Amino acid sequence: MKTLDKQIGAPMNRVDGHQKVTGAAKYSAEYELPGMSYGVLVGSTIAKGRIAHIDTKAAVGAPGVLAVITHLNSPQVPGFKPTGKDPSQPQTVGGPLKIFHDDKVRFNDQPIALVVADTFERARYAARLVMAHYTQETHQTNMAAGAKDAFLPTSAQKNPKSPMADYQRGQADAYKTAALKIEQEYVIPTEMHHPMEMQAITAHWEAPDRLTIYDKTQGTIGTRRDFAKEWNLPEANVQVIATFVGGAFGNALHSWPHESAAIIGAKVVGRPVKLMLTREQMFTQVGYRPYTWQKVGMSATADGKITAITHESIGQTSTYEEFTESTLAQTRMMYQSPNLTTRYRIAALDVGTPIWMRGPGEATGAFALESAMDEMAYLLKLDPLEFRLRNYTDQDPEKNRPWSTKFLKECYRAGAERIGWTKRKLEPGALRDGDWLVGYGMGVGTFGAHRGAAHVSAQLLPNGTVVLQCATTDIGPGTGTAMTQIAADTLGLPPEKIRFELGNSGFPQSGSQGGSSTVNTVGQAVQDACMALKDKLRELAAAGAPAFASAKKEDVALANGYLTLGSNAATRVPYADLLKQPGAALVNVESKPTGNDGQLYSMYSFSVHFAEVRVHALTGEVRVSKLVSCADAGTIINQKTAANQMKGGAVGGIGMALMEHAIIDDRYGRYVTKDFADYHVPVHADAPAVEVYFVNQPDLHVNALGTKGIGEIATIGVAPAIANAIFNATGKRVRELPITPDKLV
Amino acid sequence: MNQFQYVRPTKPQAAIDAVAKDANAKFIAGGTNLVDLMKRGVMTPQKLVDINRLPLAKIERQGNTLRLGALALNSAVANDAQVRERHPLLSLALNAGASPQLRNMATVGGNMLQRTRCTYFYDLSMPCNKRQPGTGCGALEGINRMHAIFGFSDKCIAVHPSDMSVALVALDATVLVSGPKGNRQLAFADFHRLPGDTPERDSNLEPGELITAVDVPDSPFTKHVHYQKVRERASYAFALLSVAAALDLDGNTIKAARLAMGGVAHKPWRLTAAEQVLVGKPATEDTFRQAATVAMQGAKAFKHNAYKLRLAPNTIVQALKTAAAV
Repeated sequence: MKTLDKQIGAPMNRVDGHQKVTGAAKYSAEYELPGMSYGVLVGSTIAKGRIAHIDTKAAVGAPGVLAVITHLNSPQVPGFKPTGKDPSQPQTVGGPLKIFHDDKVRFNDQPIALVVADTFERARYAARLVMAHYTQETHQTNMAAGAKDAFLPTSAQKNPKSPMADYQRGQADAYKTAALKIEQEYVIPTEMHHPMEMQAITAHWEAPDRLTIYDKTQGTIGTRRDFAKEWNLPEANVQVIATFVGGAFGNALHSWPHESAAIIGAKVVGRPVKLMLTREQMFTQVGYRPYTWQKVGMSATADGKITAITHESIGQTSTYEEFTESTLAQTRMMYQSPNLTTRYRIAALDVGTPIWMRGPGEATGAFALESAMDEMAYLLKLDPLEFRLRNYTDQDPEKNRPWSTKFLKECYRAGAERIGWTKRKLEPGALRDGDWLVGYGMGVGTFGAHRGAAHVSAQLLPNGTVVLQCATTDIGPGTGTAMTQIAADTLGLPPEKIRFELGNSGFPQSGSQGGSSTVNTVGQAVQDACMALKDKLRELAAAGAPAFASAKKEDVALANGYLTLGSNAATRVPYADLLKQPGAALVNVESKPTGNDGQLYSMYSFSVHFAEVRVHALTGEVRVSKLVSCADAGTIINQKTAANQMKGGAVGGIGMALMEHAIIDDRYGRYVTKDFADYHVPVHADAPAVEVYFVNQPDLHVNALGTKGIGEIATIGVAPAIANAIFNATGKRVRELPITPDKLV
Repeated sequence: MNQFQYVRPTKPQAAIDAVAKDANAKFIAGGTNLVDLMKRGVMTPQKLVDINRLPLAKIERQGNTLRLGALALNSAVANDAQVRERHPLLSLALNAGASPQLRNMATVGGNMLQRTRCTYFYDLSMPCNKRQPGTGCGALEGINRMHAIFGFSDKCIAVHPSDMSVALVALDATVLVSGPKGNRQLAFADFHRLPGDTPERDSNLEPGELITAVDVPDSPFTKHVHYQKVRERASYAFALLSVAAALDLDGNTIKAARLAMGGVAHKPWRLTAAEQVLVGKPATEDTFRQAATVAMQGAKAFKHNAYKLRLAPNTIVQALKTAAAV
């Protein structure tokens, strides 16, 4: 009998690849509903103040216009009711923007009106006719100025054990008194997610108390919760559909004003409303990686042992929501330093709220930490890889407990070999290729191997197909494909016999796709559901299938699509035959971490990135000529999609290092980078062939599959690897990203 | 976008008449810039005169010149065998601009007439004398990283974004124009304007005038040429600045030279004085550096573009080195 090929680990093609490349995959702005109408948002042109007067007469009278909604006529949204004591200040700190709720302007291009019309073109035309007059107040959008009022996040004020709280081991700021030390400041500017698919929603009130939204979101359950709360509806009355998501990188982890606006619009006009943000609005309304200032002090002994690190950070947030991220997490656990201090602050500016962007805070923090490591190694005249090895941690120095697994040394070895690290010279400027200076650099990344809870259902259909359902989303990594592989192996069925359905809040619940946690969480739930389904099939067989008349449940074996009985080869029944008897082959399981592995072990994914760069001696242009990314990410479910994630993360890192930079003209508190001509992301010519290496060793403390997560570590550490390579090529240390030619010439 | 009338004449005179008689009418060819500007409300013509059916797309030899029809596509010109053989600098400059998709839409005349990429010009809520005379220049004390170091005024410090035009000004091209008052010719160097007090005017075209062709005269610059474009990524970005360099060499001696810069002024910036420095000298890095120093005379930077004062001479040197293959 032919055994089925093992699917876990195989480079299987994406199950939805054909749909995506042929246009059959439907994204949230592609649903057509009877009576569809179209919404276009009008943004404020000031950063702070009040709307003194808003003239909508011309827009209301324009052809095809169904409604123009502003704070003056917006219906009462139950969830927007004042929560503070002062009714004149209904907008309380800590919540998302309550759109059209008051006359206050909190950031430039804040939506102040929604025009709904019978066609998109008419809505867009009328939107330009809305005229607002403001009472302007003095805004602050400059981080250098705003940082003076930086504060400890409320979560840390309330809870000294919060990861945002100040941290200390050994002596505070011990580096200051050391003989061999560095102290430097690093800046990451505001960066934008800019997924290919712009944020879009189609909102449809199917009944006065029943809402369906086709929405770009990374979490159908979280989005359902937000809008059920906003409209004071039972969650069961809100359905969120996100079958396909065209990239997100974090910016669909939050519910944004345009979503509320479309739902309000649909309520007002009594028709479905489709609303897609413009690329320009993507700069202002759906979050960004916050501008972050950092300072690292580090000291070491002459033989290369780190004695102290102090890492401070100030990140930007908005005036109405406190956004925090784990900028300093990697510093606390990556290197063995007896003295370590971290201080995290945020500064509230008159801007929209930031949101996690791929690698989130860890990628920001790693730029400073891994640049500082390179600076310290150079001060010590040590190879930066050797310097890292001398400070390697065999257990977590922050929590004083063992790692669940850590194969970072294997990543170092594999990466150094592949990039040709031995070609690197200690002194910068020593390698040249014609007019180009050549340099090598490395950067390390880490991210928590998070596992949460998820529900998955599994059902055997009469045609022998097993359908699995989960509310999780797939923003691009290939979730459906990985889940199909896990299910195929667990059930003993070929992948064609598996259908994994996702992106619908009506399916069994799971968390949002974010924080590199989907395979760890949903993958395990899929495995558990498939085990439960097999058990169910054994039960059905033992209970009534004639071939198993005298068998006990435990004696029934399942493999390769057939039930068998012990060593009796003659008893061989296809799974689907069991449906000919009573009893449904349907299970619905909840899977969550059990036991206390989470308390006993520190669980992290690790990566190291090695870059070879060429810097033009006269023009300062930088080309990344080679990039090697090595990851200890536990079991690799799909070699192809996993490598694809690593490559995408690496290209994101190139953008971060060399070009991405959203700039505000502080006089107006308004972005001057408003399109892809001004805000650059890498094009194909900027991305070398990225070589990917996986250790591929399971971490069975995370889950039974042994996965640890890939998405974030693909980006974390790339930018410093490139910055360090540029230093090695030129001797110029650029501590403010992006490293554009003007900084090198 | 505002509503507008659309006409598509087949004869040049009809097109000229349609625009000459209506102050709110505009010609449209590839539309790669105008349509964007209309969507954003930066330009609001009430009538579009589509000239794509006019017979102006030919590339042909006329005596000692190569005549590029105003409607010849950027991609067609860049890949034309005669252009590549006789004017490789033009081919290099065209291929350094935009993307293949845009080059397949954009025309010679439209490329010359593309508007600045200055962010203040594009944002209706910000001041811009070019978009709305009298409102002030947002860039003067704003984010002026991409802006001019030559020939600016206190009314406007924007730069012209074309790559093609930098090569054409270096190659001493001539612009052929038809208008309500008949035909005339302008030296390419006189086609674009400096901002002065009227930054709203990018070129010296009179109302209703239509570019019909650009003549590129034969020259000895068929071999030692280079277009060096410095940008923040490897492709598909406007220049921080660019240099068109062409040399006629006798052994290692420079017999003649052409130099022009893009991304430094309101028009493609010909460097005649620097060319004269090169003539008669050996093609060495030292010579190139001398020319670059002369080229930079009179340059002045703003808060965010001081790097151009360092980058420009370096790029001139690099362009000349590559052109001369030294």
